[in-house]
Amino acid sequence: MGVVTLTLNNQLISAREGQSLLEVIRENGVDLPTLCHLDGLSERGGCRLCVVEAEGTSRLLAACVTPVQEGMNIRTHTERLVRYRKMLVELLLAERTHVCSVCAVNGRCELQALAARLGIDHVRYEPLHPDLPVDASHGRFVLDHNRCILCGRCVRACDEVEGAHTLDFMGRGVQSRIIVDLDQPWGSSRSCTGCGKCVQVCPTGAIVARENIAGGVEKRPDFLLRILEGRQKRIWRW
Amino acid sequence: MTEFKNEKVSLATVWLSGCSGCHMSFLDLDEHLLELEKHVRLVFSPLADHKRFPEGVDVVLVEGAVGNVEQLALARTLRERSRVVVALGDCAVTGNVPALRNRLDSEAMVRTVYAGGMDFPGLDPAGLDEKEWVPRLLPSALPLHRVVPVDVFLPGCPPGPQSILAAVTALVRGEPLVLPEAMRRFG
Repeated sequence: MGVVTLTLNNQLISAREGQSLLEVIRENGVDLPTLCHLDGLSERGGCRLCVVEAEGTSRLLAACVTPVQEGMNIRTHTERLVRYRKMLVELLLAERTHVCSVCAVNGRCELQALAARLGIDHVRYEPLHPDLPVDASHGRFVLDHNRCILCGRCVRACDEVEGAHTLDFMGRGVQSRIIVDLDQPWGSSRSCTGCGKCVQVCPTGAIVARENIAGGVEKRPDFLLRILEGRQKRIWRW
Repeated sequence: MTEFKNEKVSLATVWLSGCSGCHMSFLDLDEHLLELEKHVRLVFSPLADHKRFPEGVDVVLVEGAVGNVEQLALARTLRERSRVVVALGDCAVTGNVPALRNRLDSEAMVRTVYAGGMDFPGLDPAGLDEKEWVPRLLPSALPLHRVVPVDVFLPGCPPGPQSILAAVTALVRGEPLVLPEAMRRFG
């Protein structure tokens, strides 16, 4: 695999061909926020928080889905990018009903932590408060559409790691929703294995285990890598 | 604590659609309240049962979302009469729990909750003196900054006493307020 050199925030760095910009940026110690990216899953380029500026194009590039190229000149924290990231998170907060104070993952939520990190102390946009249901039909898990940011991490974990593909998207734009099987109550799903991967990878309180509904439990999205590595290296033998 | 100004600063606290948790958190300043009292005059607060929001207030801490017509009027009054308006806590900042009703029809909700779906005296102002009304709910419970301009946002449910102390101390001294990340989290 070849080596490419590029400039990152005025520093000359090298990377392996085929790596994504996000990988390289993080390897070089730059803190680039993401919500839809998760190590072990395919990239979606959905949340746009990892957008960077590249010299020679006026378009912003989502670092997670942009492969590194020789001679790139990348900036990650210009005034414009920081402003856009704040706007993106505020729009996420306004789009559905994120009431942190009564959430099972209050204090352990990626969206909440990111808002604080980006210095968001209020939301400038009018909250939409859509009338969305909570699916509590499953014996062990609860899906609250009001807290979903449509990052698709649950969909990808269910498909790519568990192999069940129970979860998917329905609708477009602001009308998008996570659905179970053919848009039916989760409790009636015949494809769901009840593995709980979706619970662990969900960055917010949209999917939680019933027993953790009172809060205080940390999610463990990092376990995906352990599973995938174990499969790849055939660590477990029986 | 560093130097305060010589003259006392007038401080008001207001309680709109909230649970009073932010006011409890303010009281949780404990012994710091005694220090604060040397530099602050409390001119309007539910803690002291004032009846009228005064003119010329330096700093006002507003707890709660704007939920009904009475609160809307008070929000406008306090903005007109205060130099610095602080949205204190998540209800004032985002709407928080009171805003969970925003997807519902507010009129029908009041009748369902308080009168089993029937009308009851005071709900419909027709033919009643204003003092006998139940203040009409707004269709949505609103964050304070959707109603009047807000100068400082203090998120948290409630904001911790340390956050309130840091904010009030800075505002009373007329210093710029920069809260650390841990002190400006929703929830």
